[in-house]
Amino acid sequence: MAFDMDEKPAEGRVGFFTDTSICIGCKACEVACKEWNAVPEDGLTFTGWSYDNTVGLGADTWRHVAFVEQRRPLGHQEPGVGDMDFRWLMASDVCKHCTHAACLDVCPTGSLFRTEYGTVVVQEDVCNGCGYCVPACPFGVIGKRESSGTAAKCTMCYDRLGAGQEPACATTCPTDSIQFGDLEELRERAARRLEQVHAAGMSSARLYGHDSGDGVGGTGAFFLLLDEPEVYGLPPDPVVTTRDLPSMWRHVGLAALGLLAGVAATAWRAGPPGGRGRS
Amino acid sequence: MDFGWPLLRQLTGKDRTGRAAAVKSARTGALTARTATADRVVKSVCPYCAVGCAQNVYVRDERVIQIEGDPDSPISRGRLCPKGAATLQLTTDPGRRRKALHRPPGAADWQEIDLATAMDMVADRIIETRRATWEWEKDGRRVARTLGIASLGGATLDNEENYLIKKLLTALGVVQIENQARVCHSSTVVGLGTSFGRGGATTFMQDLQHSDCVIIQGSNFAEAHPVGFQWVMEAKARGAVVIHVDPRFTRTSALADLHVPIRAGSDVAFLGAIINHVLENDLYFHEYVVNYTNAATILREDYRDAEDGDGLFSGFDAETRTYDTNSWQYEGMEVTAAGGERDAGSGRRTGRVPPGRGEMSGAAGVPLEGAPDRDETLRHPRCVMQVLRRHFARYTPEMAERVCGVPRELFDQVCRHLTENSGPDKTAEFVYAVGWTQHSDGSQFIRAASILQLLLGNIGRPGGGIQALRGHASIQGSSDVPTLFNLLPGYIPMPHAHEHPGLRDFLRADAPHKGCWADMPGYLVSLLKAWWGEAAQPDNDFRFGYLPRLTGSHSTYDTVLAQLDGVCKGYILLGENPAVGSANAKMQRLGMAELDWLVVRDLNMIESATWWRDGPEIETGELKTADIGTEVFFLPAASHTEKSGSFTNTNRLLQWHHQAVEPAGDARSDLWFMYHLGRIIREKLAGSQDPMDAPVLDLTWDYPVSGEVAEPDAEAVLAEINGRDPEGRPLSGYHELKDDGSTTCGCWIYCGVYADGVNQAARRRPHTEQDWIAAEWAWAWPANRRVLYNRASARPDGRPWSERKKLVWWDADAGRWTGFDVPDFELHKSPRYRPPPAAQGVEALSGIDPFIMQADGKGWLFAPAGVVDGPLPTHYEPQDSPVANPLYGHQRNPARKVYPHEANRYHPSGAEPGASVYPYVVTTYRLTEHFTAGGMSRHTPYLAELQPEMFCEVSPELAAERGLVHGDWATIVTARNAIEARVMVTDRMPSLRLDGRVLHQIGLPFHFGPNGLVRGDAANELASISLDPNSHIQEVKALSADIRPGRRPRGPALPEFVRAYQQRAGVTGTTGTEA
Amino acid sequence: MSQTDVRLDGSAEVRTEREATPGSAGHRRERPAAPRPSADSYYGRPVLNEPTWQAADIAGYLFLGGLAGASSTLAAAAELTGRPHLARVAKVGALGALGGSLYALIHDLGRPDRFVNMLRVFKVTSPMSVGTWILTAYGPQAGCAAAADVSGLAPRLGRAATLGAGLAGPAVATYTAALICDTAVPAWHEGFREMPFLFAGSATAAAGGLGMLAAPLAEAGPARRAALLGAAVECVAATRMERRLGPLAEPLKRSSLLRVGEALSLLGALAGITAGRRSRIAAMAAGAALLAGSACTRFGIFRAGMESANDPKYTVQPQRRRLAKAQAEADLT
Ligand SMILES: Nc1nc2c(c(=O)[nH]1)N[C@H]1C(S)=C(S)[C@@H](COP(=O)(O)OP(=O)(O)OC[C@H]3O[C@@H](n4cnc5c(=O)[nH]c(N)nc54)[C@H](O)[C@@H]3O)O[C@H]1N2
Ligand SMILES: Nc1nc2c(c(=O)[nH]1)N[C@H]1C(S)=C(S)[C@@H](COP(=O)(O)OP(=O)(O)OC[C@H]3O[C@@H](n4cnc5c(=O)[nH]c(N)nc54)[C@H](O)[C@@H]3O)O[C@H]1N2
Ligand code: SF4
Ligand code: SF4
Ligand code: SF4
Ligand code: SF4
Ligand code: SF4
Ligand SMILES: [Mo]
Repeated sequence: MAFDMDEKPAEGRVGFFTDTSICIGCKACEVACKEWNAVPEDGLTFTGWSYDNTVGLGADTWRHVAFVEQRRPLGHQEPGVGDMDFRWLMASDVCKHCTHAACLDVCPTGSLFRTEYGTVVVQEDVCNGCGYCVPACPFGVIGKRESSGTAAKCTMCYDRLGAGQEPACATTCPTDSIQFGDLEELRERAARRLEQVHAAGMSSARLYGHDSGDGVGGTGAFFLLLDEPEVYGLPPDPVVTTRDLPSMWRHVGLAALGLLAGVAATAWRAGPPGGRGRS
Repeated sequence: MDFGWPLLRQLTGKDRTGRAAAVKSARTGALTARTATADRVVKSVCPYCAVGCAQNVYVRDERVIQIEGDPDSPISRGRLCPKGAATLQLTTDPGRRRKALHRPPGAADWQEIDLATAMDMVADRIIETRRATWEWEKDGRRVARTLGIASLGGATLDNEENYLIKKLLTALGVVQIENQARVCHSSTVVGLGTSFGRGGATTFMQDLQHSDCVIIQGSNFAEAHPVGFQWVMEAKARGAVVIHVDPRFTRTSALADLHVPIRAGSDVAFLGAIINHVLENDLYFHEYVVNYTNAATILREDYRDAEDGDGLFSGFDAETRTYDTNSWQYEGMEVTAAGGERDAGSGRRTGRVPPGRGEMSGAAGVPLEGAPDRDETLRHPRCVMQVLRRHFARYTPEMAERVCGVPRELFDQVCRHLTENSGPDKTAEFVYAVGWTQHSDGSQFIRAASILQLLLGNIGRPGGGIQALRGHASIQGSSDVPTLFNLLPGYIPMPHAHEHPGLRDFLRADAPHKGCWADMPGYLVSLLKAWWGEAAQPDNDFRFGYLPRLTGSHSTYDTVLAQLDGVCKGYILLGENPAVGSANAKMQRLGMAELDWLVVRDLNMIESATWWRDGPEIETGELKTADIGTEVFFLPAASHTEKSGSFTNTNRLLQWHHQAVEPAGDARSDLWFMYHLGRIIREKLAGSQDPMDAPVLDLTWDYPVSGEVAEPDAEAVLAEINGRDPEGRPLSGYHELKDDGSTTCGCWIYCGVYADGVNQAARRRPHTEQDWIAAEWAWAWPANRRVLYNRASARPDGRPWSERKKLVWWDADAGRWTGFDVPDFELHKSPRYRPPPAAQGVEALSGIDPFIMQADGKGWLFAPAGVVDGPLPTHYEPQDSPVANPLYGHQRNPARKVYPHEANRYHPSGAEPGASVYPYVVTTYRLTEHFTAGGMSRHTPYLAELQPEMFCEVSPELAAERGLVHGDWATIVTARNAIEARVMVTDRMPSLRLDGRVLHQIGLPFHFGPNGLVRGDAANELASISLDPNSHIQEVKALSADIRPGRRPRGPALPEFVRAYQQRAGVTGTTGTEA
Repeated sequence: MSQTDVRLDGSAEVRTEREATPGSAGHRRERPAAPRPSADSYYGRPVLNEPTWQAADIAGYLFLGGLAGASSTLAAAAELTGRPHLARVAKVGALGALGGSLYALIHDLGRPDRFVNMLRVFKVTSPMSVGTWILTAYGPQAGCAAAADVSGLAPRLGRAATLGAGLAGPAVATYTAALICDTAVPAWHEGFREMPFLFAGSATAAAGGLGMLAAPLAEAGPARRAALLGAAVECVAATRMERRLGPLAEPLKRSSLLRVGEALSLLGALAGITAGRRSRIAAMAAGAALLAGSACTRFGIFRAGMESANDPKYTVQPQRRRLAKAQAEADLT
C-alpha cells in the first residue's frame, strides 16, 4: 500500500518499552519531560482521579501517568485491604511514535515528519496550527497549544538523540519502568518480561503496541499493561485512519464525478437524450 | 542537506510522499541538545531529599540551562524523582524571590530594602536584643547566654553553613538553635544511638540489593525517597520479599508483595508481638545474640518492668514525670555516668537525664562504667534475655490484632517471611522514616525495631540493618554539625548549667571510660580550639566557659512557648517554615506575632514570612496586621546551584555540590549571611570590654572571600571542620585528635573528609568503575564506612557467617580485618583479644564486641541508659487517641512532654468521656509530588500541577458514615483548629477491625498552606504540641479528630466552631495531661 | 531463586530492577471476586483528543467549500447551455463562498501567518494538503471566471476559467469528505464510504439553492433540478451511512441539526421544483431553505463527529467488537 513508511523501520529505529508493572507513579517522567522541552504547566485543577491531576496527553503534557484503583488482584500480591482484592495500577503514557502515524500522514505542511530514528516529530517552525493531526491521532496524543497556536507532542527528545543522549523521561525514571533503546531489542526484552510476569501470576498482563501487525503497524513506544488498554485510556484496537484513505479517495472521486455528471445532466435535461444524469 | 522548497526535495529525492527527510526544516536540521552546547557541566546534588541524588548542572552564558541526574552516582545512577527533575524550575523560575524586603512594625506591607542596610539592621537587632536579654546566671548557676534570640532551620543547608550558624550563634550566647532534625528524625538518633552506638542508619541504600526480605514500615519509601526505591526493586528482582506495613495502601504498597494495614501509632505492639514470636519460638540467631548483644547481661535487682507497673517502669517520679534510671542499670556496674545529673557538691548522682541527652548517642553510644555481670546461658532470671521475654510475653498475635487492627494471618505472614529470611545465609532489612519517629514515644518505635533486628542477627551485615530514611538533603548533616540546642558538633552534648561548670566536670560526667567516647576530651578540646583558636588555652579550660549553658529543654517547641511568654524576642528562620511544617501551626504564628523581630531567609515567599499580612489568624480576626509589632526581614537565599558546599545524605555520606552560577539580585548563600553577619557584629562590638562580648570577639572568624559578593570559601570551612594538626596540615582521621590543644577539629566525626588537603566529599569516581560499595564516591562518616558495625558480619571467630553474606572478616595471616567495606573495628584487634580488667577506652572492648561505640561493645536489647522513658519499648497510645490502651492502665507515655496552653488543648482519649467527639484517627504524610511544608514545591509550577489541592483520604465506609462525597469538601476538626480539604474516597485507606469495633483512619498530606501556586489548609493546624521526652519530636503521625462534610467556617466563626467542639468533648486545660 | 548474595562483579548477569515482579512472593488470601465493572475508559475521559476545530470555521468551511465547488460546476453548465444569468450568479456565488471558506480555514489556523506552509509539500496522504492544491488550482480560475463575467473583460479567458473551475468544482466540493473522514473521529471515519456522496449531494443542493435564490426563473431550471438531485443523494447517503454505522450512528441520529438540514433540503428542493418554477418569491424561499439545509447538514455532521470523539464508548466499543470478531475468526481457523 502506498502509505507505508518510506524508510523501512527496522534499521536503527529506537523506541520505548514502558513496563508499567514496575512503575511507582512518581511522575518524574512528566516533570523531566516538561523541564527538558519547556512545556508549560497544564492547569491546576484537582480531579479526584486517584493521584492523577494531569488528566491525559495533550499539547502541554507529553508524558502522562495514569492511576487506576481496582478491586482486582495483582498476581499473588496480598493487598491487606479489608475483605476485597485491590490493586493500584500506574502507567506512564506517551506518544506511540506509530509505524503508521496518522498525525504525520495528515499533516498538510510537513511539520510532522519521520526522523532518521523512526520517530515522529512536530516541527514547531513549520506547523501552522491547522489542527488536523489532533483528531487524526487514534490515541489522543497530540494537541494544539493555546499559547503558540501550534501542535505539540512528545518528540522522543529528538534533540537529545542527536547528541547521543537518552530521552529525558527515560533517563530520569527511578525504576527504569521506561526503557529506551533499539526497538527490536526492546521487543525481545518485552516478550521475555511478559513471560516472567505471567509466571508470577499476573495473568492479566499483556503487551500493547508491540505487534507490527496491528492497525498502526506497531508502535515505537509500546507497553506492558496489567489490564485492558481502555482501563488506562488507550484504544483497544487503534487503526491508522489513513489505512482507509485510498478507499476514501476512490469514493471521493466517484462522488465528484457524480456531481459533475449530475449537474451536467440537470443543464442538458432538455438537450440530447441519454444525458439524464446520475440517479 | 539543502533546505530549499521541500516540494522540490520531495519530487526529486527518495522521500516521495513528503513524510520524512524531504520536509525537514532548516531549524530542525540545526537542532542540538542544549546539554551538548553547554559551556560547562557542574557537579551537584539534589537539594530536596536525603537520598542525595547526584546532579549535573549545565551552564551556558552564566545561566543554568539544564539540570539532570548524574549517571556516575552509585546511589541514584542518573535518575531523579519529580522533585529532583524540577530543580531547574526551582532554581531558575522567575517566581523566585530575588529582592530583600522589610516590614516595619505595624506596617501593612513590605518595603524593598537595600541588602547592606538590612544586614546592618539585623546585626543591630541581634546586638540590642542580646544585651537586653543577657543572662549570666540562672538559679545561681552560670549560664552566660541569651534566651532572647532563637534560630530555626538547617536541614536544607550545607554542612558548612550549619557550622557557621552553630559557631556564631553559640558564641553570641544563643542556645535556642534548632532545625528540622528536631521535628523529623531526632527520635532516630535516640533509638538507633542507644541500641547500636550511632544514631544514623546502619547501612546504605545500595546494600538493599542484598536483602532477602525488606520490611518497610513507618516509611512510604517509593513516594518519599523514590530514587532510593530502585534498590528495593533491585532486591525484589534478586528474589527478596517486600513488605509494607502502613495505615494506607500507598505507592510503596502497590509495588510490594504484602501490604499490612496498621493503626497509626500502634507499631510497638506490632513489633513487640514479632519479638515475642521470635523469642517464644526460639527463632533468634543464638550465636549472634549471645556474643554481640547484651542479652546475657544481668540487671539489677531493683529493676521493675512496665509489665509489673501497669505501664510504669521503676524509678518514676509522678511529680516531675521523669524516671530515675538507676534501677535500669546492669548489675555490678557503677552508677550511670550517662548524662547523670549531679547534685552539686555531694557528688551523688541521680539517674535523671537532662533533656535532649539521648541524642548524644548520635555518634557513639551512651556512656557506662564498670564491667557488667553476664550469663551466657541466658537463663539467669535477671539477664536481659529473660527480662525481654517477660516484657513482651503479653504481646501476642491476638494482642497485635486488638491494638493494631492487623489480622492474624497477615501477622503470621510477616513473621514467617522475616524469620525465614534471617540467619547466617539470609538477611532482612527494616526501612523506616517519620511514620515511626513522629510519635510521643517515637524513640521507642525505633528501639523496638532495633531489638528485633539484633535478635535476628541482622545488624552489621549486608542486606540487613535498619535503614532510617532521613528527610531533607542535609538533615543528617544538620544533626552531625548540629544546629540543635542540645548538641555540639559530633554529638558532643551541650553543657548543662547544673552539671558542667568546668571542662573537667563535663568530661568526667560525659566521657565514658570505655568505648570510643573515651576519646571525647580530644574531640571537645579540638572543637574549642577550632572555635576560639589562640584564645583557647589549657589554663582557661580551652574557653569551655564561653559555651552558653542549658537549663532544661530549649527545643523549637519550647522556643514557641518562650516567644508567647515574651522571653524570646528575635527569631531567625534559615530555611524552615514552621507556620506550615511544625505541629500546631497556629501556635507557631501566635508566637511569631509576639516577637520584636523576625528574619526569614528562603528561596520563596513562605507562610512563615507573610503570616502577619495574610495568615489564617488575620482572616479569623484573632490577629490584626496593624497591631502586630514584629519587624520582619525577608532575605532571599541562594539555591544549591548558586553556592558550593556539602550535603550529608541519609546514609551519612557527605557529597559536595559545586557552585554553578552567581546568585542573582540580593540572593545570597547562608554561608555569606552568617559570615558577614558575624563580621558586622564583630566590627560593631570591636573593642568592647564587656565580658559577654569576649566569646564573639575571640572567635576565629577569618574565612577567605572571593567574587563580587564576597562569598566565603566553603572549602575553607570544610577544612576547619575536618581539623588540622599542630603544623596546620589537614588531619586524616579522628584518631589523630589530641586533648592537649595541639589539634583543631570542628566536628570530629567529619575528621578525614579533608584528608591530605583533598575535598573527599567531592570525589566522584563513577560507580561503573568501582565495586558496589563505591568507596570512592564522596565520603561517609565514620571513616568512610558504609555498613556500620560490620564486624558483626563475621562470626565471633572472625570468619564470615556465610559465603553469600560475607562483608568483613578477619584475615588471620595478615593479622587484620579485611573485606569489601572499611572494617568498623580496630584493624588489628584479633577476634581472640580479651581486654585486661583495668582497660580503658577502646582497649576495653574485646575482639567480639562489634558495637564499638557502645561502652560494653554490645548491641542493646535492653537500654540501661540513654532512653528516658523506659529501657524497653512499651505500647502506649498516642496523646490523642480514640482507642483505650488494652495493655496498660497508663493510656499514654507517662514521660511524654505536654504543653498545656489555650491554643494547645488535648483530647480526651480511649474510654474517657468526650473521647467520642473526636472518633477518628488522623495520620499525616507526604506525596511524591510535593516537598514538606511546600516552600520548594507549591511555588514550582511543574510540581504544583501534579497535586494541586489539599485533600483528605477516607475509606468508602467512613464516607458513607459521615456523608462525605468524593471530590467535595470536608472539614476536619481537633481541639486546636479545623481545616478543610477535598474528599478522596479510596480503598487505599482501609478501615480497621480491632477489639470488636471498626476504626476509621483519615489521611492528610501535610504540604499545603496559604501561599504559592496551589494552596490549602495546613494539616498542622490540627496537630498538638506533644513530644517524645527523649528527643522532643512532635506527634503528628497519629491524632484523633472528627470529620464532617462541607467547608469549614470562615472568619470569627472558625474559632467558635473549634470551641464548640471542645465544649462538647469537655476539654479543659488539664485534659490529656496526666501521666 | 534468590540472588541476594554479595558479589563484587556488578556485571551484566546481575539482574537489574527491571526484572522485579511485585507481588510475586505474596501469598494472597482467597477472596470472593468482585464483580468487574466494564471499564470503557479512564474515568470517563475520551480516548481521543477533542478536535481543536471550531464549528463556525470548519463546518462553515465544509459548507462554503461545497457551495463554491458545486456552484462553479453549475456555472460552467449554465454557461455552456446558454444561461448567462444563472452562470453569473453561480460564478459570483462561487467566488464569494470560496472567499468565505478560505477565511474560515485560515481563521482556524493557530498560526494563520503560516498559511502558505501548506504549499511546502504535496501529500497524497493528507486530504488537507491535496485540498490545498485543489484549491490552488481552482481558486484563481473561479476568481477569474467571476471577474471576467462581472467586468465583461477577457471573455475568452473567462470562459476557459469558467470551464476549468467547473471541472475542479466537484473536487472542491467533495475532498472535504475525505478531510474529515481521514481522522480517528469514529462517526466521521466510519462513514467514509457515504460521506463524499453526502457532501456532493449537499453541495449540489446548496448550489441549486443559490441559483434559485438569485437567478431569474427562466434560467433557473438546472438549479431546481440540481437541488432536487442533490437533496435526494444527500438523504440516501445519510440513510445508508447511519445504517452502516450501527451503534456509532447514535450521535447522528440524535442530531436535530441533521434532521432540520434534511428537512430543509428536501422541502426546498420539492418547493423549488414545484412552486419555484412559477413564483420568484417561492423560488427564493426554496433557495434559502436549501442553503440553510446544506449548512445545517454540515454543522450537524460536524457536531455529531465531535460528540462521537468525546464519548469514549464510541471509540472503544467498536474496536472491542472488531477485536472480538477477529478473535472469533482466528478461533475458527
Ligand atoms: N516527595 C517527598 N519526599 C520527601 C519529602 C517530601 O515532603 N516529599 N520529605 C522528606 C522528609 S523531610 C522526610 S522526613 C522523609 C519522610 O519520609 P516518610 O516517612 O516515608 O514520609 P511520610 O509520608 O511522612 O510517612 C511515611 C508513612 O508513614 C505512614 N504512617 C503514619 N503513621 C504511621 C504509624 O504510626 N505507623 C506506621 N507504620 N506507619 C505510619 C504514613 O501513612 C506514610 O505512608 O521524606 C523525605 N522525602
Ligand atoms: N503534620 C506533619 N507535620 C510535619 C511532618 C509530617 O510528616 N506531618 N513532617 C515533619 C518533617 S519530617 C519535617 S523535616 C518538617 C519540614 O518542615 P519545614 O522544614 O518547615 O519545611 P520545608 O518546606 O522543607 O522548609 C524548608 C525551607 O527551606 C527553604 N530553602 C531551601 N534551600 C534553602 C537554602 O539553601 N537556604 C535557605 N535559607 N532556605 C532554603 C525552602 O524554600 C523551604 O521553604 O515538617 C515536619 N512537619
Ligand atoms: S500516537 Fe498519535 S501523535 Fe503519536 S505518532 Fe501515533 S498518531 Fe502520531
Ligand atoms: S497542526 Fe501543525 S503539525 Fe498538526 S497537522 Fe497541522 S500543520 Fe501539521
Ligand atoms: S521522549 Fe522526550 S519529549 Fe517524549 S515524553 Fe520523553 S521527555 Fe518528553
Ligand atoms: S518516572 Fe518511571 S516510575 Fe515514575 S511515573 Fe514515570 S514511568 Fe513511572
Ligand atoms: S528528592 Fe530525593 S529522591 Fe528525588 S531526586 Fe532529589 S534526592 Fe533523589
Ligand atoms: Mo523530615
